[in-house]
Amino acid sequence: MSDLRDLYQDVILEHSKAPRNYRELPAANHKAEGFNPLCGDHFTLYVNMEGDSIGDISFVGSGCAISKASASMMTQSLKGKTKEEAEKLFQQFHKLVTGEADGNQDDLGKLAVFSGVSEFPVRVKCATLAWHTLKAALEGKQEAVSTE
Amino acid sequence: MTTVATKLPATLQSTRDDRFPVEEIRGDFPILQRMVHGKKLVYLDNAATSQKPRAVIDALSRYYEQSNANIHRGVHFLSEHATEEYEAARKKVQAFLNARDSSEIIFVRGATEGINLVAQTFGRTQAGQGDEILITAMEHHSNIVPWQMLCEQNGARLRVAPINDRGELLLEEFQKLINPKTKIVAVSHVSNALGTINPVRQIIEIAHRHKVPVLVDGAQAVPHLAVDVQALDCDFYVFSGHKTYGPTGIGVLYGKAALLDAMPPYQGGGDMISSVTFEKTLYNKLPYKFEAGTPHVEGVIGLGAAIDYLNGLGIDNVAAHEHALLTYATQAVTEIPGLRLIGTAKEKAGVLSFVMEGIHPHDIGTILDQQGIAIRTGHHCAQPIMQRFGIPATARASFGLYNTKEEVDALVEGIQKVREVFT
Repeated sequence: MSDLRDLYQDVILEHSKAPRNYRELPAANHKAEGFNPLCGDHFTLYVNMEGDSIGDISFVGSGCAISKASASMMTQSLKGKTKEEAEKLFQQFHKLVTGEADGNQDDLGKLAVFSGVSEFPVRVKCATLAWHTLKAALEGKQEAVSTE
Repeated sequence: MTTVATKLPATLQSTRDDRFPVEEIRGDFPILQRMVHGKKLVYLDNAATSQKPRAVIDALSRYYEQSNANIHRGVHFLSEHATEEYEAARKKVQAFLNARDSSEIIFVRGATEGINLVAQTFGRTQAGQGDEILITAMEHHSNIVPWQMLCEQNGARLRVAPINDRGELLLEEFQKLINPKTKIVAVSHVSNALGTINPVRQIIEIAHRHKVPVLVDGAQAVPHLAVDVQALDCDFYVFSGHKTYGPTGIGVLYGKAALLDAMPPYQGGGDMISSVTFEKTLYNKLPYKFEAGTPHVEGVIGLGAAIDYLNGLGIDNVAAHEHALLTYATQAVTEIPGLRLIGTAKEKAGVLSFVMEGIHPHDIGTILDQQGIAIRTGHHCAQPIMQRFGIPATARASFGLYNTKEEVDALVEGIQKVREVFT
């Protein structure tokens, strides 16, 4: 069962049970919805940009432990970051969970706990749903993003 | 082929039913021998697709090694031979469903295509502006979307009969929704997400009292219980080969001859015509009118082999075995703290849908998979049911004729592991 523990690390389980920044943000100037049509995961992400940096960020919705913890930890790690920094972080995170980490993952910090996802290819979509939604929110796309 | 009459050693009789020697039957399914993540495969995703017995796999290779040719048109030996096998399979399906005539058996890609065919031929010509199509709240997307598409094309309206908290159709509400505008009723025989067995006989009786024809989606019924289309008096019945221990890509639409005769063709092409000129084309007779193009010949022959296999075991024996498993499993999982069954109808077949307090079905699925246990998680192509129960998804274990009580025990143990990971 060691593989499972790689995926369901304590930090991930803890975040999935008590997600941070789990609230609506009515004043947010960016907002997007993300769906995973295969499993019914559904999140709404709120971002309040102050100048070029993320002043506040939050989310609500339902999903599995991986997608919820990922959304929670993403919001934690992005506060104060610029749009460019956030995009770079997503690239690094994507490489981490797809098993293509190239040694440039230092900025990820706590997000490194998601490395176990790379052994569970069907769960990559769960780990990246919040990030795809973030991208849509920052790009100001109106339509909901889907992992399909 | 397993000989069902085989006597088991007396020592095994306490745990095994000698009318249904499941351990021997498992030997007919090569895939059940394989390991998954280093564990013995426990396959509990039969409502998605069933595994195939050696008899079906052999029929497919035998077809390509001995019989392959295009059908209905060649004068050569192989073409005649392939045609005979193809048409023999049609007769097997006819007998299996107890249809009056083999020309009432149309081969399609699956239950989905069968429903689309009826919607786009019968539906398109019968349900016009302001007319109504009546379905139930427990339908699979395949028995919702084709009707919605028809409604969009023709300006008809989709009506939905509600279900109760156990997942049972509210017959009185259903009855109230039938009116002179209703042109067709489309209802699942067994719900894929809840396992509910619908009272289709009664539904058909009610609909026929109002002269409304009924399509029954039997995708989840045919593998699990005896179906007699004449006794049901249904107007259309569809099922899929791959859920019935046969190949993928093949399914059946049964229709009453008079209805099929009056319907326009679904697709045009070869085999569905009796003569073609640029001015006018005459369509072929039933069932060929609805089988345009070279059909899935090996699929049909494989389905025939699957039906032979099921007949060898006896569909009533299969039903009894699965019912015992479902009762055993329902009892066992009900004792797990924090687990809630979704779909607790009095009449159920082979499906155990559940949710767990604080644990998403997707996580249940991954953790069970690591133990070699295959279940389905998600909305099961039945999102309106999920909405009805206020949940995003369920975990679903679904049983087939080769499943055992030991596998149910493995499932229960696996669910305990899920709880361990999450506490």
